[in-house]
Formats: sequence, C-alpha cells, structure tokens
Amino acid sequence: MAREGDRRADPEVARRSRLLEGLRLEGEGARGVAIALLSSLVLAGIIVVAVTQSAGWPEVRRTFFDWGDISSSFPDIARAFVLNVKIFLVCEVFILVLALVIAVLRSLPGPVFFPLRALAVIYTDLARGVPTILVIALLGFGAPALQLTGVPSSRVFWAGVGLILIYSGYVAEVYRAGIESVHPSQEAAARSLGLSRLQALRHVILPQAIRRVIPPLLNDFIGLQKDTALVGTLGVIEAFNQSQIDSNATFTYGAYLAAAALFVAITIPLARLTDWLIARDRRRHQAGGGFA
Amino acid sequence: MSGQTRISLAVAALPVVLLAVVAAGCGSTKPSSSGSTTSASCAKADLNLLSAEKLTVGTDNPAYPPWFGGTPHKPWQVSDPRSGQGYESAVAYAVAKQLGFSKGEVTWTHVPFNNSFAPGPKSFDFDINQVSIAPARAKIIAFSDPYYTINQSIVVNKGTPIASATSKAALKPYELGAQLGTTSYQFIKDKIEPSKTPSVFPTNAGAVQALKNKQIDGLVVDLPTAFYVTSVQVPNSKILGQFPAEPGGEKVAMVFAKGNSLRTCVNKALATLKGNGTLKQLQQQWLAKATGAPILK
Amino acid sequence: MTAVRLEDVRKSFGANEVLRGIDLAVDDHEVVCLIGASGSGKSTLLRCLNLLEPLEAGRILLGGEEITRRGVDVNAVRRRIGIVFQAYNLFPHMSVLRNVTLAPRDVLGLSRAEAEERARELLARFGLESRRDEYPDRLSGGQQQRVAIVRALAMQPELMLLDEVTSALDPELVAEVLSVIRELAEGGMTMLIATHEMSFARDIANRVCFLDAGLILEEGPPDQIFTRPRELRTQQFLERIIAAGRL
Repeated sequence: MAREGDRRADPEVARRSRLLEGLRLEGEGARGVAIALLSSLVLAGIIVVAVTQSAGWPEVRRTFFDWGDISSSFPDIARAFVLNVKIFLVCEVFILVLALVIAVLRSLPGPVFFPLRALAVIYTDLARGVPTILVIALLGFGAPALQLTGVPSSRVFWAGVGLILIYSGYVAEVYRAGIESVHPSQEAAARSLGLSRLQALRHVILPQAIRRVIPPLLNDFIGLQKDTALVGTLGVIEAFNQSQIDSNATFTYGAYLAAAALFVAITIPLARLTDWLIARDRRRHQAGGGFA
Repeated sequence: MSGQTRISLAVAALPVVLLAVVAAGCGSTKPSSSGSTTSASCAKADLNLLSAEKLTVGTDNPAYPPWFGGTPHKPWQVSDPRSGQGYESAVAYAVAKQLGFSKGEVTWTHVPFNNSFAPGPKSFDFDINQVSIAPARAKIIAFSDPYYTINQSIVVNKGTPIASATSKAALKPYELGAQLGTTSYQFIKDKIEPSKTPSVFPTNAGAVQALKNKQIDGLVVDLPTAFYVTSVQVPNSKILGQFPAEPGGEKVAMVFAKGNSLRTCVNKALATLKGNGTLKQLQQQWLAKATGAPILK
Repeated sequence: MTAVRLEDVRKSFGANEVLRGIDLAVDDHEVVCLIGASGSGKSTLLRCLNLLEPLEAGRILLGGEEITRRGVDVNAVRRRIGIVFQAYNLFPHMSVLRNVTLAPRDVLGLSRAEAEERARELLARFGLESRRDEYPDRLSGGQQQRVAIVRALAMQPELMLLDEVTSALDPELVAEVLSVIRELAEGGMTMLIATHEMSFARDIANRVCFLDAGLILEEGPPDQIFTRPRELRTQQFLERIIAAGRL
C-alpha cells in the first residue's frame, strides 16, 4: 500500500491520471488504450515536425510531393498501367497451372518417378535462383536475336514468358507446402476407397491444399504485379517506364508517386477480397473429424 | 499500480525522450552549400567547388562517341572522358582551361543520368551529358548557356520497309523507339505522332539491341549519336535522315545545382570560347560528320 | 469360403518388427475381433490387408486371389475392401453426401443420381439422412464415424475392416457406432474388427484373436477367450482390462 501512495505522489503519474480522468475512461484496459493512442499521436507529431523542419525538406517537397506534377502525369501513367494489368492477369493464369504441374510432379512417390521429381526440383531451384530481370533481358532481347523462324519477337510476349517461368518456381513451392500440410490420413482415406493417386490428389488433397495456401499465393500474385514493370527494361512503355519518362522530362518525382499509387490501389482491394474469401470458406469448410 | 500500467507508461514516456533527442539534433543542421551567394570574382581561388583546387565533372557511363572518345579505361567503358577526345570531353577541358585548371586538375565522376537532377547535394561541380534545356527542368537545376544545338535523326535497318520512307509523315505506321532521359521520345510523340505506341529504353544498349532484333523499326536519336550507332553498334543500319531544326533548336547545356555561383563563371568561359571560335573548331573536329544526313520534312 | 487369408505376414518399420508371422483366415460372413495391447500390431495388420503398407514377407489372399503379388491393381483391390479408421478421416471440404458419393462416382462409375440414391439409402438406414448436406465439422464424433462407415459401405465391399473405430469417441457416442456395426454383422457382412470394446467383442464376434507382440498368440470363440484363456499373457491382458473396468 505504501508503494501505491508513493506512485500517486509522482507528478508525472498525477498528470497522466488527471488526463485520463478528463477523458472519462474507466478500467485498466481503457487506460492502456488511451496511453497507446496518446503515445502514437505524439510520436507521429514528432516525425512530422522532424521531417518538415529538416534542411532539405523544401527541396524534397518540391521534387517529390508537387500535386501539379502528380496530377499531370497521372493520365499517361494510368493508360500505361493497363498494360501491366493485362500482363499480370494473363501470366497469373499460366503460373497457377504450370506451378501446380510442377508441384504435383514433385510429389510423385516411388523410384520410378525419380527423374520427374528431380526435374521439378531442378526447375524450382533455377527459377528461384536466377534474378528475374536477367531472365527477362535474356528472353526479351536474346530469343528474338536468334532469328529463328516462328519465334515471336514481341517483347511483351517474352517478358510474359519470363515472368511465368520464374513465378511458377515460387508458386510451385507454395503449392507443395500446401500439399504437405494436408494430413496423410486424408490421402490414406481416399486411397482406401479405391481412388487412384491422381483422383485422390484432384478431389481430396488439392482442394484442401490450395485453400490453405491462399495467403502466400496472393503474396506471389502481388509480387508479380510489381514485376510486370520489368517489361520496361525492354523498352515497352508500361506504368513504371512512363513514370520514368515523365520524371526525366521535369526532373521531379511526382510521377513515381502516381505510379506507386496505382500499384497500391490494386493491391489493397485484392488483399481484402482474399481475406473475405478465406473467411467465407472457413465458415463452411472447417477441418473436422478427429485427427484429420 | 499493475505491471501492465507501468509498461504502458514507460512506452508513453518514449516519445518524450525522442522529442528531446530530435530537438537536440535539429538545431545543428548546417545549410547546404548550394545556397552560396553569387561572387563577382571568377578567379580560380574564389570558385565555388566541391573540393578546392579541383574541378569535378560528371557524366554517365558508358559515355558514347562522338561526345566522348579515347580508349576505354576502367571504370569507364566504351570511351575515356579523361582523354579529352570527343566533343563534350573537349568542351569540358576547354572550359576548365578558361577557369584556370590544368588537365590534371580536372577529375571525372560517374553520374547516372537520374542522379544529375536528384535532390540533395551534388557529387559534381557540373555535369555534361547531352542534357537538353527545358523550362520544367530549369526549375529544379540550373543550366549553363548551351554549348551545342542538336537535331533529332532516325536510324533504321537497311533494306526494311521503313528504309524507303522519305518524310516524317511516312514514319507514322512504324514502331519507333527512343532512349529514356533524352528528348527524342517527346519528339516522336509531338512531331511524328506514330499510330503504334513507341518504346522507350532505359539504356542505349537496350535500344540498340531492339533495333538489331527488328523489334523496333526505327530509333530516334540526336544526329551525332546516330553516327555512332550506325558506324559501330548496329551493322547494316543507316541514318534515314535528320529532322529539320525547330525554331531556336534543341540545345544542350551543362547541369549545375540550383544557385551554384560556379555557373556564372562557366558561362563567361563559354562566351569566350564561342567568341574566339574554339567552340566552332571543336564542333568541326568532333561533329563534322554530323551534318551530312538528308533532311526529312 | 475364405473371404481373406493371411499367410505368414511379416511387417517391419525400420528396425522395429511389428508383425512377426501372422496366419489368419476369415470366412465369408464371419466377424473376427482383434484384441491386444497398444503396439501389438492390430492397426498395422489392417493397414497391410488394405495394401496401405507393403509386406516384408508373407502373402494375403482375398477371395482366393493373391493381392500381395507384383503388378496387382492396388486400386481394384481397395475397392473390394472397406476400411474405417479411428480418426474418421472424412473429407472436410465436402458435404456428408459428397463424402459418400465421391468414390462410387469416380471409382465405380455410378452416375450422380445412382450414387446419391445409394448414399441416401445407407444414410437413412443409419439415421443420418437429415445430415446429408452438412459439412463434417458440424457433426458430432459419433455421427462422423457413422458417416465414415457409410462411406465405406457405399462401395459395397466384400470385407470391412474396422480399426478401433470407437477409441476416439466420447463414451456416450460409442453406443450409436456400435449399434451400426452390430447391424452390419447381423446383416452378414464379413468383418475384421480391431477393438478395445471387450463386451462388444464378446457380443458380436464369431471369433476373437489375441495379438501379442506381432503374433496371434491365441484365437477362439469369444466365450473361450474371455473366460478360459489358455495362454498366460492372454490372461494377464484380460486381467488388466477387467481391472480397468472395461469388461
């Protein structure tokens, strides 16, 4: 009890207590919330003050945060962004399919399937090991340089191929994690009913596996959306390239902010949509039954 | 009072501590050196320089002919700015001489194009890299007086359909390309207005490869660069033609940090070099070929 | 007629020999209960029967045909044997009805209508008709296990294997599952049941086998095994069970 009295006598504590009383809050939990809010506001205030009082702020504000810059570059960038959207929509479909094939190959058991398993492992190692920008430069400029008949020379095509090949490596591993997370008893039950390995995969394992890895799948999809900008290294005008063009014309960076805003604008609704899908699925299909 | 409240209070006290630290730090920030007052004297000792007694000149790497020449020496690829060969290298050394610097007192530094206009202190006294004067750009950095007027031109592969075009309008149906950071893209958009979306390449290497691969039909570059492209980079290519100069022309100048008083002195040097014919002589020496292409109206 | 016969079946997991030479024959319509301590090999025996585990040595014959020979169509064999596990293992992303109709449609080739009719009949027979559109997580343990049994029955197997199917259930739910099994036995299904439920075993088994350390130590009619066991270890096992109040 003596300790309580000492603390109350402390002026700092007294000040805060008065503040909280003034806010008419009750209980230990509410006090914690008030303190958290207060300290966050104070911290935010400090950051704002520190940034805007720094010596370089006026220059940074003029070059990065000029509204005229941002708004005037926006229409061109938005138009160029359509190409990014087309690329990632088309590529994602192929990636989801190719990665699934690789993951399934990797899961085939027994010595007879060893070459396929090895192939899948080598593929995922290479695809994830090589920098994406290299692959796109090699395919986008290198493949057409071979001058073989029938080989398309479109840079968007080859950038797309590059993105598909590389992301399939990452997504295959995500699928694999999902497949391995499904309890082996599920496969045992399915096989016991007479289902073949492929039927068990298709009807029992994969539906459960994929549901479990939707967050990391979305992660990779979002990464893909950003990497579509790499097609700009081949000269094609997409959002990032367009923002560079604008930036170089005015020597300011507002255009980059405009491009960034577009990328963020598609990521956020996509993430919320996925959260909603997962929650809805969970309401219906929670795993049930003993140790399954 | 519970342990939880104790922790909460400790966390709340953190910003107070931080405020003290930042307030202490803020007060001692020095103003940047770019805000120096204009000095009337252009004597070597009075110049506003990054490091005393030395002139630091920036350009991109690779620095392509005919703007820069000489045998490449690490870290410079394709050419060596220190050689004094090539138009921009020669102009830089001529200006340096006017300011009182010997050849040995000039150092070159690699400044990627994007870094030349980035905010914050510059890593160069001036940057010389075929940068075109534009009013928007002049709000962010300071340009010297121009040291050359350039024409845009177009490079094509010999024997391709575009190679028989004889006017600007005839170029409309083709896929054209330009390099990022140059005014060539704007030229394509405003003066040619092609029906197919043009391409813009972050590097010269990419632009050149795309032309070789016939992924673009024509590459729009300034005329001097076009000569390098056709003679060295893309075999079996030719300069289809140059475009008539705009009224006033497209001018290239050196880049300074805004408010750098060195600019005034460099402009004085340029004026001298123009007046005594040095500039013209250097143009003859390094850019003479750059007049011999047909004009595409 | 012998429904299934095991001849000198041996199974090891690494260095651990779990089945050390099992000889067992089950006749058509016979109900055989396997009893024994944990680790005696009961589950392993059933999993080997279903070809979920490969044998180190020995043979298994189903209806006179050797199913452990090389090149046998494993999926075809498994169609003929129904197995239900301790952990029910229903497919959580499917409704009860779909759980039951999946294999009849995809393996036996029944049409959707045929499979659903068969499923609904079986579900109704065991009091689960009203649950057919529910997902497994909405069902009690006892209901889930009964669905698991129905799922296996929907394939119309020659033989049903039940692996400790009530061990994971709360005591009050055990009875409903046992009554299902009793019904199946009375209906003439050939069954091999591994169980801890001694009174139940005594009730419905035609024969009881006591498994000890990978061998069938003693087998015989339930009366004999439970009241007059011949082997010492059988006696000891039963004493422990009685002391635990399970008999």
